[in-house]
Amino acid sequence: MSTIKLIIDGQEIEVKNGTTILEAAKKINVNIPTLCHHEDLCVAGNCRVCVVEVKGRERLEASCAVPAEEGMDILTNSAKIRNARKDIVSLLVSEHNTQCTTCYRNTNCELQELAAEYNVDGNKYLSVLKEGIEIDTSSWSIEKDDSKCIHCQRCVRTCAELQHVNALTAAFKGNEMKISTFGELPFNEVVCTNCGQCVNHCPTGALTERRYFDQVWEALGDHSKHVVMNTAPSVRVALGEMLGYEVGTRVTGKMVTAMKKIGADSVLDTDFSADLTIIEEGHELLSRLRKVLLKKDTNIKLPMITSCSPGWVKFIEHMYPNHLGHLSTCKSPQQMFGALTKTYYAEKKGIDPKDIVSVAIMPCAAKKYEANRAEMNDSGYRDIDAGLTTREFGLMIKQAGLNFQNLEDSEFDSIMGESTGAGVIFGATGGVMEAALRTAYTIVTGRNVPFKNLNITAVRGTEGIRKASIKIDGCLEEWAFLEGAELNVAVAHGLKNARTIMDEVASGKSNYHFIEVMGCPGGCIGGGGQPIPTNADIRAKRIQAIYEEDMSKSIRMSHENPEIVRIYKEFLGEPLGEKSHKLLHTHYHKRNRY
Amino acid sequence: MSNKGLRKVDILFSQYSVAPYQILKQTMKKNKADVLTEINESGLRGRGGAGFPTGMKWQIMADEKAEEKYIICNADEGEPGTFKDRKLLVEVPRKVISGMAIAAWITNSTKGYIYLRAEYNYLIPALKKELEVFEEYSKQFGLDFPIEIFSGSGAYVCGEETALIESMEGKRGEPRNKPPFPTQEGYLGKPTLVNNVETLASVSMVCRYGSEKYKSLGTDAQRGSKLFSLSGDSPKEGVHEFELGMKVSDFVAEYGDGDTKAIQVGGVAGYCIPRKNFENTIIGEGNTTGGATMIFNSTRSMYNVIHNYLEFFVEESCGQCTPCRVGTQQLLKGIEAVKVGDKPECYLQDLIKLSKTMKITSKCGLGQSVTNSFTSIITNFPEEMIY
Repeated sequence: MSTIKLIIDGQEIEVKNGTTILEAAKKINVNIPTLCHHEDLCVAGNCRVCVVEVKGRERLEASCAVPAEEGMDILTNSAKIRNARKDIVSLLVSEHNTQCTTCYRNTNCELQELAAEYNVDGNKYLSVLKEGIEIDTSSWSIEKDDSKCIHCQRCVRTCAELQHVNALTAAFKGNEMKISTFGELPFNEVVCTNCGQCVNHCPTGALTERRYFDQVWEALGDHSKHVVMNTAPSVRVALGEMLGYEVGTRVTGKMVTAMKKIGADSVLDTDFSADLTIIEEGHELLSRLRKVLLKKDTNIKLPMITSCSPGWVKFIEHMYPNHLGHLSTCKSPQQMFGALTKTYYAEKKGIDPKDIVSVAIMPCAAKKYEANRAEMNDSGYRDIDAGLTTREFGLMIKQAGLNFQNLEDSEFDSIMGESTGAGVIFGATGGVMEAALRTAYTIVTGRNVPFKNLNITAVRGTEGIRKASIKIDGCLEEWAFLEGAELNVAVAHGLKNARTIMDEVASGKSNYHFIEVMGCPGGCIGGGGQPIPTNADIRAKRIQAIYEEDMSKSIRMSHENPEIVRIYKEFLGEPLGEKSHKLLHTHYHKRNRY
Repeated sequence: MSNKGLRKVDILFSQYSVAPYQILKQTMKKNKADVLTEINESGLRGRGGAGFPTGMKWQIMADEKAEEKYIICNADEGEPGTFKDRKLLVEVPRKVISGMAIAAWITNSTKGYIYLRAEYNYLIPALKKELEVFEEYSKQFGLDFPIEIFSGSGAYVCGEETALIESMEGKRGEPRNKPPFPTQEGYLGKPTLVNNVETLASVSMVCRYGSEKYKSLGTDAQRGSKLFSLSGDSPKEGVHEFELGMKVSDFVAEYGDGDTKAIQVGGVAGYCIPRKNFENTIIGEGNTTGGATMIFNSTRSMYNVIHNYLEFFVEESCGQCTPCRVGTQQLLKGIEAVKVGDKPECYLQDLIKLSKTMKITSKCGLGQSVTNSFTSIITNFPEEMIY
C-alpha cells in the first residue's frame, strides 16, 4: 500500500494512504478530541468536535472523516481551532440536560470531560433543551433519556452496523431531529434485543441500563431474605477497570470478597452453571447427532446453535422465527443457576425458596430482560430476582465504601461455587464452543481433545466468524456412528455476524453441526453491561485475561467439576433427564420483525 | 469589479430555432475531448449556487473508470425565492435533457435521473412524455442513456448533492463526508455527476453557440447568461435572464419599486445587500450565484426577514451536525432575546461570531452559508434588531 507524507503541528509524518487525519495525529501522540467517533463504528463526522486546520483552507476539517493527503500541512491546536471547538462543545451543552450530579454517567461522560477541558461557560448561549422530555423506562433492560442525547448517532450506528438490529434511528430534522425507534414506539415494543451495545457506545447518559441495585441493597438489608449472588465469568476480567486496575486485570478473589462484604449470604459462581450448561448442551448435541445421523429423524434440526446469549436469543426469535428449532433448548447459565438456587440449593441449605433472592451480576443488559421472561420460573419461583451489570456492581462496591484494591482474595462459597476453566472461557467468543468440544469429545471417545493443553485455538480469536472441523475417531462403542465423522463447527459474535451465519443456515446450505453465537462483539467480555469504554483493544485484553484464568484452573473440563458430578448424583439424575428438562431447559417464542 | 450594466438576454428560453436534439446529434459527431474543452473554455459554472466550474467537474467524472456511472439532474429547487428551474423544465425541457445526454456521452455514463422536488410532481406526466421522445432520438443516435424521474420528499437539504444521493438510496437525506466526492463514489457507490437544471440547459447553449460566443456574454469574473428568480417588492416579479456581471443599483433601478431598502441575492443562503452598497456590488461577485433575488422596500422589517430565514434554517437543517443543528437555534433564540431585551445588544456580536464558527465547521453548505444572510443583515440593520 502506498504511503503519503504530511505535516502535523510542524512534524513530518508518513502514513498509509487512506489514513484519516485523526489516526495520523494519534501516531505522533497528538490527541484530537472526538465525540461521535468510535473505533467500532463507521465514520459519521457529525459532532464536529475534532476539527483541525488544513493550511490553505478557510474551513476547518473534521479530522475523523477526512483522509490525510500528500503534502497537507495541518494544525491541531490554534486559536481558530480552540475557539471553534469551544463553541461546538458549548452548543452541545446548550441542548443538553446538564444535571450532571444526578446523572448515572456522572464522571464517566465524554461531553462532561470535554466541557471541563474547554472550560465551557454554560451561560454563554441560551438553553435550547426541549422541555417535557420523558425518560423511556418501558424496557426491562434499557432506559432512554433524550434530554441527555447529543445526537452523535453512535447508538444508531451500533445498532445498525454492529448488531444489524436497527432498533434505533435518527428521526425528523432540524431542531426536531432526535434518536428514535421504529414508529416512535417505546423500547419494550420495538424489535430490540436488549444487547445494550447502544448503552456501551453512548458517550453520555442518554442510554443507560435499567438499574436494579437499589432493590438488591434492600434485599441485602432484609434479614428475612437469603441473598445469593453469582457472577458471570467475564465480570471478573472487567470489573477492575472501574476500580483503578489496568484493563485486563483479573480480580476474581477481590470480587468475591467484595460480594461477601456487601452482605451477600452466599457468593457463588455462574461458571458452575456454565459447566452445567456444557453437560446439558453437550449431551443435547450428541443426542441430536444420534437422531439425525443414525435414526434419520428429520424433525431434529442441525446445526444446533447455542442459547446462552439472551440478546442473540431474542434476535433469532425476531429475525428467524421459523428456525427456532436450531436453538439448543438449554437455558442460559444465569437461568440454570437461578432455577437451581430455588431448588437444589434451597433444599441442601434447608431454606425456603420464597426467602431466597437470587442476584446475577452480568456483563449484559439483555440478562435483565431474560430474568424477566415469563417462562423463567420453572421451580415455581423466579429463577433470577435481579440482574445487575458489571457497572452497577462496580458502583455498589464504591457505595459500600470498600477499598477494593486492598481487599483480601477469597474463594466462592459452596455449593455451586466450584467451576472449571471450561466454565470461565464462556466469557470470550468461542469459549462455549471450546468448552463443549472438550467435554463432548471426551464423552464420545473417552479421551481428551487432541489439542495441546486442551486449547482449541482454531475457535479462538476475534474474527467475526470462525469455522473449524474436528475429526472424530476412536469412538466408544455407544458412539460408533460418529466414527471418522468430521464435526463442523462455527463461532459468530456480534449480531451482524450472527445474521451472516443464520442466513447460511436458513438457506439450508450450511454443513455445520454446532454453532456458537454470542450477541455482543467479543462475546460477554464485550457485553453491553461492561465498563465503558469498551473497544477492540480493551476486548482483546479482557479475552487474554479470560484465557489466563482458564489456564490457572486445575480442572479445565466441565464434566470433571466435582460439584457437577455431585449435582447429577444427588439431584438431577442424568443429563437431559426429567429434572433437567423441567428446570434447565426452556422454549422460545416466534416474534415479529417489526 | 467588472460591471457590464444590465443586459437582458434571451438565450435559455429562446424557442428552438435548431431543435435541441439536433444539437445533441451534431455534438456527438465531434470529438469528446474537444467538446469538453469547449465547455471548459466557456467558463460555465454551476448554476445551483455553489458555482463550481462545470467543465472541471465533468473532466473529473470523465476520468473515473466504472461499469456504471450516473448523471443526476438536480431539480430539487428548494432555495426560498427561486423558481427558475421549474420554468426551464416546463418550457424548454429538451435543453435540459440534451444537457444530460451530452454529459452522459462525454463522461461515458450509463443512466440518468431527474431528481424532482416533490412540489413539482405535477410536472411528471409532461416530463415523462419528453423522456419518451428523447428515448426515440437517443436510439437513433446510438446513445444508450435511459433517464428516470425520481421524486424527492421535500427536505431543503436534499438539494445538497450528497444528501440528494442519500435520499435516492432510500436513506435519510443527510449530507455525506467529502471526500469521497460524488464523482468518485456517488449514487450506489458509483461515479455520479450531479448538475443543476440550469447548468445542464446552459451546456446545451454552449454546444449550440460555441464557447467563444457564450464566453462573450458576462464578464471576466463570471461568464455567460443566468436566470434570476425575482420576488418581493417589485412590480416585475418572475424569471429574467441577464448577462452576468450587473450592478445591484442597475438591477434595482429597473426592477425595484422605487423604495428599495435591501436586496437578498442568492436566496436565504445568500447575502443581503443594503441600499448603501447597491452602487458598489456586482451580483454574483463575492456573493452567491443561485439567482434567487428578493427585493425589500422600506416597509419591511429586517428583523422579521432574518427571523423568517432563521426559522427556515432551524427547520431545514438535517439535524446531523452540531454547528448547524444547534447553531441555527441559537441564532434564532438569540435575536429574539435581544429583541425583547433579555440579552444586551452586544450579544449580536457573539451571535455573529457563532455564525462564523458555523461557517468553518458545518458539514455541508447549509450550515456554512447561514452566516451570509445573518451577518449581512445584522451588521447592516443593527437598529432594527434591538429592543
